[in-house]
Amino acid sequence: MATDLAFEATRQPSPLLLWATRHRVALASLFLLLFPLVMPFKALAVMILIYGLYALGFNLLFGYLGLLSFGHSALFGAGAYLCGIAIVHFGWPWYLAIGLGLLAGMVVALVIGALAIRTRGIYFAMVTMALSQCVYYLFYQAVDLTGGENGLRGVNLKTVNLFGFDVDFLNPLSRYYIICGFVIAALWVLSRILASPFGAVIEAVRENEARARASGYDVMLVRLLTFVLSGAFCGLAGALLALHLSTVPIETMHYETSGLAVMMCLLGGMGTFFGPFIGAAIFLLLENLVSVWTSHWQLFVGLAFMVCVLFFPRGIWGTLMERMKA
Amino acid sequence: MAGLTLDLIGLQLFAGVALGAVYVLLAIGLSLIFGMLTVVNFAHGAFYMLGAYVGLWLMAHGGNFWLCLVLVPLVVGGIGLAVERVLIRPLYGRGIDYPLLLTFGLSYIIVELVRITFGKAGFPFDTPEVLQGAVDIGVGFFPLYRLFVIAATAVILFGLWLFLERTSFGLIIRAGARDPLIVRVLGVNVSKVWLIVFGMGTAIAAFAGLLAAPLQGVIPEMGGTILAEAFVVTVVGGMGSLLGAVLAGILVGVVVSMTSLFAPEMAKVAIFALMALVLLIRPQGFFGRAGLMS
Repeated sequence: MATDLAFEATRQPSPLLLWATRHRVALASLFLLLFPLVMPFKALAVMILIYGLYALGFNLLFGYLGLLSFGHSALFGAGAYLCGIAIVHFGWPWYLAIGLGLLAGMVVALVIGALAIRTRGIYFAMVTMALSQCVYYLFYQAVDLTGGENGLRGVNLKTVNLFGFDVDFLNPLSRYYIICGFVIAALWVLSRILASPFGAVIEAVRENEARARASGYDVMLVRLLTFVLSGAFCGLAGALLALHLSTVPIETMHYETSGLAVMMCLLGGMGTFFGPFIGAAIFLLLENLVSVWTSHWQLFVGLAFMVCVLFFPRGIWGTLMERMKA
Repeated sequence: MAGLTLDLIGLQLFAGVALGAVYVLLAIGLSLIFGMLTVVNFAHGAFYMLGAYVGLWLMAHGGNFWLCLVLVPLVVGGIGLAVERVLIRPLYGRGIDYPLLLTFGLSYIIVELVRITFGKAGFPFDTPEVLQGAVDIGVGFFPLYRLFVIAATAVILFGLWLFLERTSFGLIIRAGARDPLIVRVLGVNVSKVWLIVFGMGTAIAAFAGLLAAPLQGVIPEMGGTILAEAFVVTVVGGMGSLLGAVLAGILVGVVVSMTSLFAPEMAKVAIFALMALVLLIRPQGFFGRAGLMS
């Protein structure tokens, strides 16, 4: 995933781009806040938010650190299941359940990450995929807690108590803005991580591992930490998915869901701040459009995947950013 | 655990070897392709599934099983050749993740095309008449077809070994796996070698799919689950090592069949636990060279 950073440093970006980069969280938030006003299907808008957040977490690992994981469905699914289980079986309040989902994503990421970073390069994709299948089977077998093949049902949340106000969670628009609040917070955290010295180390490891190690950074630790952070974003996205769907289908855990994150990230532009959301939006909109006239949506997913890899490796947002810089 | 005799364990051990044979064939193809092209073929499961479906089609159009054993690898291997030439070749030198992503997309397309052609439901696949029934192998009666699977795998492995060790083309492949640049400097057309290796890998995967079809039936999704398991075998055996793939494949097969005897609900998880264990103790796998991937 080596980008020509050396070139970019010598080029002078336009003042507009610099300004946009500085205020990227505010601009992204503004876009997400206005999005439902132009989007006729509110439930789809919520899905775009959630999958955008999921792809965002994946992008931290793939785009910024340069590690291709095929096991992110386990982090996403663990977040969804744990949030759902906390509500269905233990009657936890919604905010604690979301916290548990986020934590579950981190814990699963820690376990998978600790094993997978022992291997290098190309092994990583295989090991993460195999381990996520392992998590899939574990949740599949625990029928009493997870509902097994039928998925977890009855994650019902009617009202959300926000600062003393009862907000109707069944109303699509208020549901969108509640979830949007979490997504904006996540965007802000991600922006802070990327702007911090640690964020610079993440990109240094991607660009030149040997040099990063020679500079005294523990490359293994950086990888593991980034994986766990990525797990936090994906776990949060999973928890929000459980609340939105009010059920957790077992397919959430399947490795095809990992492929979804890769696809959205690739489509939008990996290693770009807002690309994952663009990717998620285009992917889900296309899915809704294409599914109207054919049931063979998977064929288009595969084709889009290959076209992206062969001709569009920077993705839509990435190509756009490239144009603006030039 | 009443009725659990030594004979039963012996039989289950044999069943594990038969299951392992299919893993071995898949892992060999993966390992061969990776060792040469440094491409992780995520479409390997799809080619495996395609092998079973091409066999199904040939049987429905008057072919018999023995003809399938020859034709299926040829047909799917041919598709593999086309895939390498047209889709994967432009990606060499563009980072190790791109071919992986491409084959992942390709697997979606293959699976969906099979669904469109043959329908979403699965099919049973008849065991050829000569191979029905069971034979006494000393510890009890064992299905003849599973013995045949073991034998066929052994034949393929022996043929592959002869090809790699005793032919001049095999010599080029082994040299190319070690250092493609030097091989190219010596005047060998490496892209042709890569093309053939990819075709061979997919042909072996298709052969494995055909062998597995009478054991478990044929569905479009059959490649997806076994791909993860084949990855486990390659990681355990050591990526790029053929001997490792053989030993790890048999080991994984035996572990699956033994756990399904003692704790059936843990059978699926056991092989991943095995992989985790190997990763903890020996991250490069049984026969992988440390630092191969650096």
